[in-house]
Amino acid sequence: MKPRRKQRLVLVSLLIAGVAVAAGLALLALQENINLFFSPSQVAAGDAPSNTPFRLGGMVVDGSVRRSDGSLEIQFDLTDTANSVTVAYTGILPDLFREGQGIVAQGSLGTDGTFSATQVLAKHDETYMPPEVTEALEKAKAMGVQ
Amino acid sequence: MSQNPDTWLTRFHRLGSPPSFYRLAGILMPFIGIICIALFASGLFGGLVLAPADYQQGESYRIIYIHVPSAWMSMFVYALLATASAISLIWRMKLAEAVARASAPVGAAYTFLALVTGSLWGKPMWGTWWVWDARLTSELILLFLYLGYMALVAAIDDRRSASRAGAVLAIVGVVNLPIIHFSVEWWNTLHQGPTVTKFDQPSIAISMLIPLLLMAGAFKFHYLYTMLARVRVEILDSERRTAWVNTLVTSKAS
Repeated sequence: MKPRRKQRLVLVSLLIAGVAVAAGLALLALQENINLFFSPSQVAAGDAPSNTPFRLGGMVVDGSVRRSDGSLEIQFDLTDTANSVTVAYTGILPDLFREGQGIVAQGSLGTDGTFSATQVLAKHDETYMPPEVTEALEKAKAMGVQ
Repeated sequence: MSQNPDTWLTRFHRLGSPPSFYRLAGILMPFIGIICIALFASGLFGGLVLAPADYQQGESYRIIYIHVPSAWMSMFVYALLATASAISLIWRMKLAEAVARASAPVGAAYTFLALVTGSLWGKPMWGTWWVWDARLTSELILLFLYLGYMALVAAIDDRRSASRAGAVLAIVGVVNLPIIHFSVEWWNTLHQGPTVTKFDQPSIAISMLIPLLLMAGAFKFHYLYTMLARVRVEILDSERRTAWVNTLVTSKAS
């Protein structure tokens, strides 16, 4: 390779390396702010802000969804398997909201420990399969348990 | 040895010269176009008709047949743009400059398509059009990188210095690609993790995966076709004062 070209190759490599290091350090410093939501364990540990709204993410606990008659009020528990937080919300839920589903709720924590949400978003998982497969899987699971 | 001009290396070198590439691209394009149409037809039929509905999302998951290939292509084209830019910076190769300039608008279109289809899917599924999570934000930055590259190259009159300035921007932006890909693993996001591009078995049923891969191939060939067509125009424009373009134009005109 000619010296001029070699020099340019080194310069380009240095440019990429430099930018990568700078971006890496910036992202590392911003780590906490880039995360979209706090987990129930972080809330339990007191890491979540107490007087400003934040997002809370977790799985809806099976059997915890309580709807009230005649209104859109709903209460459910969000868990990360270690801790759980009760969420209260009034409004229309996304299609994918169901028990066992990952949920991200925006709102603030009340003094009684209940999280009052202004917005509830469903987090979709990366699994795609036809309904028959799910049924077969569930059947197999049920047989395995018995 | 010196009297033997037709080794494979010289043939390869000649391919990098604008007139040879112009001619070769013209020969290849019809075939690429036919393959592209065939892949689109089979992929769309497989994805929209043959593939079963999803166990959770029902029919709405079918947007992945557009969304996922265009998101993949948005990153693939950027990687290619950055590679062509590095080649043009180091070796001052005109063809690489043409490839970089020709790729940028196509990549920007894929990025835009990925963002729009994702947003349309997000409203019914997530419950929101947009959320500032790491994946969505980094993909939006990718769109701005493409637009910035196009604006920068268009703003400088001299073709070669425009390409050089754009190349530096394109290379700097390449740091965004791993951020986009790993954003869903490094941070918690609303966007789900990777389904196909992971070292594990893909978590998608095979009957849904095959049309997805067909569509991914269709997008690849679509890019190849569009890029070659645009490179040919770039070549004609940059070489418009040369003898071979003159003969080409006059022979076509007569």
